[in-house]
Amino acid sequence: MSAPATDGRLASSPRLARLPGLGGAIDGTFLTLVIGAAILWFAPVGMGRYGTYVLSLWLVMSIAVMGLNLTLGYAGLKSLAQAAFMGLGAYTTALLTTKAGVSWYAAFALSGLLTFAVGIVLGFPALRVKAHYLAFVTLAFSTLIWLILRNEQWLTGGVFGISNINRPEFFGIKLFGALEFHRFVVAVTFILAVALWWLIRSPWGRAFTALRENPIRAASLGIDTRTYTLLAFAIGSAYAGFAGALYAPLVEFIDPSPFSLSQSFFLLLMVVAGGAGYLLGPFVGALLGVVLPEWLRFAGSLYLIIFAAIVMLLLIACPQGVSGLMERGWAKLTGKRGDAR
Amino acid sequence: MNQVLEVNNLHKAFGGIKAVNGVSFSVNEGEILGIIGPNGCGKSTLFNCILGQLEPTEGAVKLDGRDVTNMRPSDLNRLGVSRTFQLLQVFPELTVRENLILAGQEHQGSMLSRLFGARDAGLTEKAEQMIGFFKLGHLADAKAGGLSYGQQKLLDAAMAFMAGPRLVLLDEPAGGVNLTMLGDLKERLRAINAEQGATFVVIEHNMDFVMSLCSRVIVLAEGKVLAQGTPAEVRANPAVIEAYLGH
Amino acid sequence: MAEFIAYLIAGIATGAIYALAAIGFTLVWQTSQTINFAQGEFVMLPAVLVLLAIKLFGAPVWLGALIGIAAFILIFGVGFKLAVVDPMIRHGVLPLAIATMALSIIMKEGAKDGFSAEAQNFPSFVPTQTIEVFGAAISLQHLAIIACAFAVIGLLQWFVGGTRLGRQMQATAQNPTVARILGIPVERMVLLTFVINAALAVVASVLISPIYLAKFSNGEVIGLFAFIAAIVGGFNQVRGALVGGLLVGVVDSLAAAYVSSSYRLAVPLVLLVVIILLKPEGLMGRREERRV
Repeated sequence: MSAPATDGRLASSPRLARLPGLGGAIDGTFLTLVIGAAILWFAPVGMGRYGTYVLSLWLVMSIAVMGLNLTLGYAGLKSLAQAAFMGLGAYTTALLTTKAGVSWYAAFALSGLLTFAVGIVLGFPALRVKAHYLAFVTLAFSTLIWLILRNEQWLTGGVFGISNINRPEFFGIKLFGALEFHRFVVAVTFILAVALWWLIRSPWGRAFTALRENPIRAASLGIDTRTYTLLAFAIGSAYAGFAGALYAPLVEFIDPSPFSLSQSFFLLLMVVAGGAGYLLGPFVGALLGVVLPEWLRFAGSLYLIIFAAIVMLLLIACPQGVSGLMERGWAKLTGKRGDAR
Repeated sequence: MNQVLEVNNLHKAFGGIKAVNGVSFSVNEGEILGIIGPNGCGKSTLFNCILGQLEPTEGAVKLDGRDVTNMRPSDLNRLGVSRTFQLLQVFPELTVRENLILAGQEHQGSMLSRLFGARDAGLTEKAEQMIGFFKLGHLADAKAGGLSYGQQKLLDAAMAFMAGPRLVLLDEPAGGVNLTMLGDLKERLRAINAEQGATFVVIEHNMDFVMSLCSRVIVLAEGKVLAQGTPAEVRANPAVIEAYLGH
Repeated sequence: MAEFIAYLIAGIATGAIYALAAIGFTLVWQTSQTINFAQGEFVMLPAVLVLLAIKLFGAPVWLGALIGIAAFILIFGVGFKLAVVDPMIRHGVLPLAIATMALSIIMKEGAKDGFSAEAQNFPSFVPTQTIEVFGAAISLQHLAIIACAFAVIGLLQWFVGGTRLGRQMQATAQNPTVARILGIPVERMVLLTFVINAALAVVASVLISPIYLAKFSNGEVIGLFAFIAAIVGGFNQVRGALVGGLLVGVVDSLAAAYVSSSYRLAVPLVLLVVIILLKPEGLMGRREERRV
């Protein structure tokens, strides 16, 4: 069995050198993030509690998808445990804030740290062997987390979950209302997105891209592929931990169901739908996967099938996802050659 | 003279096939050593064993007298050993400049400075120099995938020199390159050898290229060293003539 | 002791099912680099289709079975290869793997919405009796599963090793490039492995469903254990998948009985992790060389 040569040409070009001059601190992606954050800050006005909640949920899921995009889209690794990592973060935060009385901010940081560490522990043996073993190890991990969440009732509440999770305060301002908490979510999402934006443009991001495109050549240039692969996976997992830490107080009640293996599959589909390897892709993917089904309620559980079918069609027609489609369209409009592959 | 690389009784078998069968040689500091031989004589396998890409069945590789057998390619590179591959290996989605920065970034600073420090790891100037040196000036911002074959080949070679290596192993640098560019490439390699004192090991099919570039040549046949010496000596060796013309 | 034998037999029976799924998984992986994350759903669906055919057409069991099985092999053997794998594989292995995840969601949700969210009885062709062997109560169904599964695996082994077509398929699995040079119709051989995969899934489905009942979510565990079986066995050998499947089945059955029924799933997972740590090439696999 010889390893396939093109393992994971899913992502398109990295958005590295869009603007001339490597020192350029601001680019189109960054501006989009700023403008997007500003719009979302005011968007819920007049939307009501439920509409606001859906918007917040979109952003929280986007964080998890962003992390998976780093793992899959930039570093070309299959992780099947993103929802499990999110669960780990959500339960950590819920337990620490409700039972141990720890502040949300500390719980948030710990959730990220814990998921990062677990990522390292899982990734190390798997990546030692072969990149696609990570898929199987994360598959196993996902099931294991699910079992623990279901069975350890004394800790996790079993299928009944944990309720009455409090929302945090911000320098004395209580964020209990839907709008206040939404704005808090916008701020946190913005910070995490900018951090990822920075990471992708740093030499680390370049190394991630290199090891996705050609790990053997990358190693011959001194790039420690094992360390970088591990870091990409662990950071991606930490983003799921952060997403979980926001998810728990947003929903105020958690049970094991949103953290199952099929949810992990679903998150992967969102990465692909939005456009793997595009920094803004996860927002599009989560929009399609989380917000749209809320608007298309009449479709009911059929929506999942429709969404999966759309992703399959996208994979055939344009593996770069919606972001790739938009880029192609933009290139057509401006008369430039799109990077059709 | 100082021996940079020493290969001792190297063996590599794939199943029952002995691709490399007891090869020993050493490379002196500052020399340009050529390795030639008919197709399938084990040249590339030899490179891959030396560079930790493949695990040798037997034998040892020493760098400056230090045992580096089976060292990981990335670690070996950071000790100043650089290489190119037989097939083109540039990163098509990155620009020419980004390719070069990538090739040098792991030799700069620490993991932390590579995350929080400058995006170019302080290598823009060095990359520009390389671009100029290899006459890729007008292409700095072009995606490597869009370059012509010969230009990619130059970029490929330039990447190997980006980190200022002491020892460079080139696997068929002249393969598929047209005559004008071939002359260019040879001249560049000579200049780097003379100015920076870098040591070269070159695998090549193109006899003229090897004979005019290298100071010493090793001939491999069927996984073994058939002959070695100056280009003139090798050319006159009856065994070599037999190996090349005998079939 | 008697109890132990009963658990052992039950484990071998479910293990044989996992082996069938794992062999199909491995075959498809070998010939076309498809990592089929919908493999569990492949085993879940045939039983559902059979019941659906019986319900929709009011057909007798044998006719329903015929329609359901034919439809499944046509759609998920031939159709899967032509409509999903072929257009996707040119983009690489990763998009294809993700497409199979999408497919697994479609199959699972489709079975839930189009058939039933509840477990449904599936007709058994063996009486649900037990017989006594050395004091152990052994289920006839388990014995029948073992007999059928081994017969099918033996047949497959004979086909692969003893027929011209089978050897051509084997050659394609081992090295498509060389096979093509030798004049083997590689494309048709690849298609054949997909049909065999679907057929193995059908056998597994028909054997397991009388015990587990037909339910949309059955594929989750079967798929997971089929992966584990394939990896434990070495990922690239039919014999390995068989050994891996039996091992996982027995470990699972004994764990459920003697360790903890709520953590029975975890024990095979631990087995997987141990194998990856200690013998990543699998029990029956060969070590792979790093290639350039």
